[in-house]
Amino acid sequence: MIKVIRDLLRFDGRFRVAFVFLLAVFTLGLLSLVSPYDPTRTFLVPADLPPSSKFLFGTSSRGQDIFWWMAFAVRNSILLGLLTALVSRVIAIAVGLTAGYRGGLIDRILMSINDSFVVMPVLPILILLSFLLRGQMTMLMLVLIMGLFGWPWDARLIRAQVLSLKERPFTRTAVYSGTNPVAITLNEHLPFVLPVVFATTINNLLWAIGMEVTLSVLGLSNVTLPTIGTTIFWANQHQALVAGIWWWLAAPVVVAIILFLGLYLLFSSINEYIDPRTRLRLIGG
Amino acid sequence: MSESVKLLDVQHVTMEFHIGGLLGGTRLVAVNDVTFSLERDKPEIFTIAGESGSGKTTLSRLLLRDLEPTRGRVLFEGRDLSHIRHRSEFKEFMKHVQPVFQNPFETFSPLRRVEDYLFDTAVNFGIAPTRRKAAPAVEEVLSQVGLSLAEVSKRYPHELSGGQIQRVSVARALISRPRLILADEPVSMVDASLRMEIVNLFRKLRDEQQVSILYITHDLATAYYISDRIAIMLRGYVVETGLVEEVLNDPLHPYTQLLKESVPKPTPKERNTWARHIELGATEVKEYGRVGCKFAGRCPHVMKICREVDPPDFVVGERAVKCYLYADKTALVEPELAAPA
Amino acid sequence: MSLLCVKNLRAYYKTEVYGISRTVRAVDDVSFELQPNEIYGVAGESSCGKTTLIKVISSTIKPPLKVYGGSVTYNLGRQFEVDMLKISPEELRRNVRWKEISYVMQGSMSVLNPVRQIVKTFEDIVETYQGIPDKKAFREQIINHLKQLGLPQDVLKAYPHQLSGGMRQRVAIALATVFHPSLIIADEPTTALDVVVQRGVLQMLKDIQAQSHNTVLLVTHDMAVHANVADRVMIMYAGRITEEASTEIIFNAPRHPYTQHLIRSLPMIGDRSNKASLKGSPPNLANPPSGCRFHPRCPLAFDLCRTDIPDMIDLGKGHRVACHLVREGT
Repeated sequence: MIKVIRDLLRFDGRFRVAFVFLLAVFTLGLLSLVSPYDPTRTFLVPADLPPSSKFLFGTSSRGQDIFWWMAFAVRNSILLGLLTALVSRVIAIAVGLTAGYRGGLIDRILMSINDSFVVMPVLPILILLSFLLRGQMTMLMLVLIMGLFGWPWDARLIRAQVLSLKERPFTRTAVYSGTNPVAITLNEHLPFVLPVVFATTINNLLWAIGMEVTLSVLGLSNVTLPTIGTTIFWANQHQALVAGIWWWLAAPVVVAIILFLGLYLLFSSINEYIDPRTRLRLIGG
Repeated sequence: MSESVKLLDVQHVTMEFHIGGLLGGTRLVAVNDVTFSLERDKPEIFTIAGESGSGKTTLSRLLLRDLEPTRGRVLFEGRDLSHIRHRSEFKEFMKHVQPVFQNPFETFSPLRRVEDYLFDTAVNFGIAPTRRKAAPAVEEVLSQVGLSLAEVSKRYPHELSGGQIQRVSVARALISRPRLILADEPVSMVDASLRMEIVNLFRKLRDEQQVSILYITHDLATAYYISDRIAIMLRGYVVETGLVEEVLNDPLHPYTQLLKESVPKPTPKERNTWARHIELGATEVKEYGRVGCKFAGRCPHVMKICREVDPPDFVVGERAVKCYLYADKTALVEPELAAPA
Repeated sequence: MSLLCVKNLRAYYKTEVYGISRTVRAVDDVSFELQPNEIYGVAGESSCGKTTLIKVISSTIKPPLKVYGGSVTYNLGRQFEVDMLKISPEELRRNVRWKEISYVMQGSMSVLNPVRQIVKTFEDIVETYQGIPDKKAFREQIINHLKQLGLPQDVLKAYPHQLSGGMRQRVAIALATVFHPSLIIADEPTTALDVVVQRGVLQMLKDIQAQSHNTVLLVTHDMAVHANVADRVMIMYAGRITEEASTEIIFNAPRHPYTQHLIRSLPMIGDRSNKASLKGSPPNLANPPSGCRFHPRCPLAFDLCRTDIPDMIDLGKGHRVACHLVREGT
């Protein structure tokens, strides 16, 4: 693992940039553990102060140090994204592999469910759900709901991959080696599917964070929980832009951009690295 | 135990495919009324030879229970393959019938070590209780094919040559001690200089391990080299069967004669006969749909009846030929071909 | 005057991936000549370098392949000399490709457009390389050409998938010869075809050569094909030429141990005598054996073979061998 990171750092410019970006963002997130301020409390510091050496990101109209608030925001946003990605990955892999390998009725049933989810307009439904659950919207609920919408596209991708892998001679070899279908799926097909899974994970992560930002800006998630989105929400609530308190909006936006860019660059460099074809070139094929 | 239980008994097997949409479309008869058998106690190498579109690949899939015949039955050691329903029965079948595939570089997943398949097979068929204890069994089959575990250990497919991979593939097939190996074009993608080692290996397996081998190929030269009997297929029909020396040295069916003539000899001596002009058809599908003998369109000895009625098997000596040229030789009897003594 | 003169050609693939660099010495010091009016066979197995050789002499060199030495010169008659390694793509397209040098590959589908009728493919290609001033006259030309080759006219209106593999390959050959080029490079043209179809396709190639007196460079690993089609044969192993001679001599009196083994191990109908296979496996061109690259598998190898690369010895009558066992004049 260390060797992989070392190789990537040495040879891939994208990975270097991604590494720096993400390191910065994650460090910010980790700093939340040593924050001198409790993010649920307001008016702890003088309000509306621009960025200075004392308050790195300035302060908000609610009397909060934006720097430390962002530490929590980043941590929560990333956690949210990761959990959503995890939930939808698990569903997508399970559905994709099963539908692809089993085929027949199981495939048709799973794909109908899949397609229903694909067709449903996600944002309006999420808005509706969030509105209905306003009072009880916790991070967990948000994760589950978003996870439920994040798997269909990817399940289809995985299924398509499995369909083609099924036809390849080595699947037959595995069958005649007496391997049972589940083992075939996991041992023979999954390694080919993993690059797809990885690509879609990052994609899903980006989607989840973005979706959370959208919902929060609209005030539909738990607004007392600091996230990148709720920061923008509060800033809008206090008409930060009009009042000239640009740093309150700049902070979440810039952090979001760095996070997204970092994730994207990470995705494209690792994706190339774990692509079976690159792996073959590396081993010397 | 009835001594007439054959190792493999293919009885009037026909495979039809429906191509085209639900409405309309045509019937493609890929395998048409094929009958032959292999004896239990006389291991032999039986070649099924044919060009593309002859039905030999479909036939091999029928024998591996990949497909179910539209008509007729395939019996392995007396048991009808289409009666195999449960996975456990299928596993029992696989233990005794193993395949070797054509493309060495696709036989194993490029992302897995080749030895993993050997260990998997050993454990799955109960040859060894765990992976750790399977090493002796794996070492043994590898030595039977002229390799050692040290040579292939930790290797991925692309680190081995085509010839080596095919040998590993045969080794894998041998782990469960099968009675029959189905080799589908096993050397067509292997270099010429390595081909003979695989082919010699098959001879050794028949002689020393008492394994029967169904050798499916279009290469008549290697077929001549190792087989005992041969069946020539054309468009789903077996047009000629018999001992390989008889069939290939003195072919009876006009198609077999054409095939034999067309194989380029590895010597420049008879270049000019080989360069004699022949007619090639523009499409192959036309021949499938033809009524009567499938070779009638190209046959230099074609007669009226050839274009009207499918020729049945005529027995000539120890051979069976589907050709009206031999209609006067013997009665129209479906021969039960005995394996070589 | 030779048609093609290749001298000391070196072409390697150099890749660098995540810090691991590999050099595959696919063509390593290859020299030979093609004469006009002959069928010249190039034989060898996988990873012998013959595919790379073809790429270089037809100037389809793309990274990571690069030429590291030697020359490739064509003499296309009337003082038209072409240095294949220095020619511009423009010059290549306008004057050389398809007109003087054309290419027939394994798998006709690479040259026949699956969504265009055959006649349209013909027109497309000629349009690219020469331009068609008179469409009608060109159609006439194509029909005549097909007639000469014994191909039915209704092939023109068909789509590639409607034709059999053999017919497609013959159409590909017709396409390659529409301008009567001086050199036809055929790279495994019949490897995927049935034996009867192979015979028809190769006959056609032979007929074309006999009629136009041009040169055919036939690359295939199938020695039996060379025996029946080629006039001269060159055997490659691990990026080097091991032996070159007339077909008669190669099959009846080969001098190089590799050639001897190749010929001896060919199965033939009517012959069931035991045939041995070569020990070992094809060499890894990224890390080839030292000295004579065949020495690990050669039954007659001795000490010198491990250290020194054998020179190419000329035995007269066009017979050249690179083996330490062969001395000048023997």
